[in-house]
Amino acid sequence: MSIGVKIDELQAEFNLEQINKDLPLDKVIQTSDLYRPGLELAGFFTYYPVDRLQLLGKTELSFIDSLSPDVREERMRKICHPEVPAICITRGLFAPNDLVNAANEVGVPLLRTLTATTKFAGKVTDYLEHRLAPVSTLHGVLVDVYGIGVLITGESGIGKSEAALELIKRGHMLVADDAVQITQVTEGELSGTAPNIIKHLLEIRGLGIMDVMILFGAGAVRNKKNISLVVRLETWRENYPYDRLGLTEETIRIMDTELPKLTIPVRPGRNVAVLIEVAAMNFRSKILGYHAAEQFVTRLENSLEEKE
Amino acid sequence: MYKQTVIVKLDVGLHARPAAYFVREAGRFSSEIHVIKGTAKVNAKSIMGVMSLAVSKGTEITIEATGRDEQEAVERLIGIVRGEN
Repeated sequence: MSIGVKIDELQAEFNLEQINKDLPLDKVIQTSDLYRPGLELAGFFTYYPVDRLQLLGKTELSFIDSLSPDVREERMRKICHPEVPAICITRGLFAPNDLVNAANEVGVPLLRTLTATTKFAGKVTDYLEHRLAPVSTLHGVLVDVYGIGVLITGESGIGKSEAALELIKRGHMLVADDAVQITQVTEGELSGTAPNIIKHLLEIRGLGIMDVMILFGAGAVRNKKNISLVVRLETWRENYPYDRLGLTEETIRIMDTELPKLTIPVRPGRNVAVLIEVAAMNFRSKILGYHAAEQFVTRLENSLEEKE
Repeated sequence: MYKQTVIVKLDVGLHARPAAYFVREAGRFSSEIHVIKGTAKVNAKSIMGVMSLAVSKGTEITIEATGRDEQEAVERLIGIVRGEN
């Protein structure tokens, strides 16, 4: 399914004035890049990126003004390529008649904002990047533990939601239970949120569906959180070589982002919530520059050297 | 992997109770089962996942299973959303 942002959504978001009012605003933008057609106005159309939103600011409009009438008419026609999603004039400037005529002819929406070009471009790029970012749904529970977004994964019935419940009781925050909507805003940054219908809800076998916000208060939930760490719960396997040192770091690829991953074996008597809490703390300490396992190795090396 | 696409015929769609029934039935199979609606793909054994799709009557969904009993699982679940029980 292709994603895109319709021009009328853009218009509503930024409160844009539509200059050619009769045109339907159903064109779709599919790239977050914007374009200021400077070289094109000077006649160079070889690489004109027609799929982008075109911005005309003070520079472009003064240049258009300086063109001779014949040339201006021809360039305006070429700027208004039928594939251009929309052209936006900034700073509330006046739209040249030739531009309005050409836009009407091929059906390119002409919009106007009062904001200055660079500022507007920044805001629009930001908005488009968020809206056009790839989205996917993951099976897992997303919690905020000491400010670290921890995605708990594992098979159905392994105890992900139960671990989350214990974490909530310990003062951490629930983002999404069992279905996490993930948006990759930029490569290396995954933002997770709950699908609207199950927002703030947690399902525990034997208890049913519970509203965490009602039971534990507003401090127990979070609407959105970037994922920093993936913790996979799995049934304890006898003789499996589990990580004993924490020196090798496993990663998991979600969309185009590599995330550090820990595998925690579950068996009766192991308090998974505490393990996740400590994993998050350990992760934080690594970010802050202290790596316990590496420190230990150094200490061991020093001690071995002394003995030699 | 075995998969099939179906139009949901249940009157209330996959409302809470039908969703719970659907998930319980999915849980009887050992295969890994997913429900796909548009760009969203969720675990069929997760009640929260299935409900988050908000599947209404007339919606097209795909049920996909991987494992020993994949075909059986998909056919059983397709039967449920068709209202055949």
